[in-house]
Amino acid sequence: MKSPGVSIGLLLVAACVAPARTNSPVANASPRFGRHASAAEIAALDIDIAPDGAGLPPGSGTPAEGAAVFAVRCASCHGAAGEGGPADPLVGGVGSLTSAKPLLTVGSFWPYATTLFDYLRRAMPYDSPGSLSADEVYALSAHLLERNGVIPAETRLDAVNLPAVRMPNRDGFESAISRGQPH
Amino acid sequence: MRDSPRGYGLPAPQESGVARIPYTRTPGIAPGAGVSFTPLHQLRGRLTPSGLHFERHHAGVPAVDPEQHRLIIHGRVREPLSYGVNDLLRYPLVSRLHFLECSGNSLVNALPEPQQLSCGVIHGLVSCSEWTGVPLALLLDEAGVADDAAWGIAEGADGARMNRSIPLAKLRDDALIALYQNGERLRPEQGYPLRLFLPGWEGNTSVKWLRRIELARAPVHSREETARYSDLLASGKAQQFTFEMGVKSVITHPSPGAELGPPGVYEISGLAWSGAGRVSRVEVSADGGASWADAELEEPALPRCLARFRIAWRWDGGPALLASRATDAAGARQPERADWLARYSPGGEKYHYNAVQRWGIAPGGGVANVYA
Repeated sequence: MKSPGVSIGLLLVAACVAPARTNSPVANASPRFGRHASAAEIAALDIDIAPDGAGLPPGSGTPAEGAAVFAVRCASCHGAAGEGGPADPLVGGVGSLTSAKPLLTVGSFWPYATTLFDYLRRAMPYDSPGSLSADEVYALSAHLLERNGVIPAETRLDAVNLPAVRMPNRDGFESAISRGQPH
Repeated sequence: MRDSPRGYGLPAPQESGVARIPYTRTPGIAPGAGVSFTPLHQLRGRLTPSGLHFERHHAGVPAVDPEQHRLIIHGRVREPLSYGVNDLLRYPLVSRLHFLECSGNSLVNALPEPQQLSCGVIHGLVSCSEWTGVPLALLLDEAGVADDAAWGIAEGADGARMNRSIPLAKLRDDALIALYQNGERLRPEQGYPLRLFLPGWEGNTSVKWLRRIELARAPVHSREETARYSDLLASGKAQQFTFEMGVKSVITHPSPGAELGPPGVYEISGLAWSGAGRVSRVEVSADGGASWADAELEEPALPRCLARFRIAWRWDGGPALLASRATDAAGARQPERADWLARYSPGGEKYHYNAVQRWGIAPGGGVANVYA
């Protein structure tokens, strides 16, 4: 015969432990206060572009088309030729990283062309991020890559050939993780 | 004349000079992209008042509606999940005391000439708060992370939709979805209504106004982990994914902005921290590093949290060169500036600066930034 104290204790424990979600194979303690995220709401936010090109939208653009967009949307901050001022320089410096005065630009420093597409689409121009169409982002990417000598002027950049572009500094990055120490 | 009780208290009017120091590099074209420094030289203890916590924004502070905002966890998961703020507030909320430091803190000290700025402006992109939120591991388990996922791509709802690739191991370890700071809800400039918080890691990775985490097999190599926040080494290669902030310390009193009075006994006081864990030792020198003495570290010693150190010093009124040097529990010690610089290319952005700081004391009590 259990003592009254133990019986009350067991009752309290039973009342506090909620019934498990019997259809879930994982630990039944998770309360799951969120809800299912629909494909549509994910698609509205999922703007990552991976280095292999996953996530690139339909569309295309040429350096000449991009030059026209650049003149209107970008030159006032990045310079007419992408030379910078007051915002970062975008063009030049290829091969300068080991020199006494390295110039870090899209062409000389960025390892992936997909990063350029990703960043333009999510963050540029500064005063109206997200306002560029996919075609405009392809065109601007093409313009900047051509100005940096990475692609020929007649290229029509799209979801297939953009991830195949090999940036000059593609092999220029090392991961601190692989070294097993922060510094 | 006595004031009445009021709803939200503010400091005494005589303290109105204690404030963050804002700075925007290109205010004409990018008004929101900038910083505000914590005035370390005006503060004591180890905690930073929420209104003085440093800021660093790439695209200003967005006004995020907590009623509409959702956190979505998706990608390589069994089921993608969406959480509202009120959903998250129902979970077990844990509280941790941690520093947050911008990866670019102290970068002016990489310039060839020591800049004569206040201690806060030089080192003030570091602050310390009690962060309260949901352990992210709990939410990741609800979504069910796939075996081949190794990274979480965290993205914010700011104008830049700033994104960083975070190793899954860190997200499972001590990552928080922070909703409260120092007892009250996050300030807007600290990520209201919710942010990712990664103890000990460079501040950029604690994504503010977090809107989604995508579980993935590989990093996306975003602009913020390639063009930015990477260290151009002396070899010409760039080191990326240097997440953990190194062991570091700075004397806050005396310092530029907290000058000395007449000769006599003073308490040298400062802050020390490490992204690797606890600070185990702080040494202080008054002769520029020729001799060192152990400072007292205030209890409790907490991992990845600011520690206050202090040591008594009799100043004879003559020139002196103060320095502090911290060692963490993992055995790492702050490097000298020349050794730190030697690792990196003279070009490129400077991040992760944690070299020893020297302050030159002049007769009369003035304090200057000095390189060894």
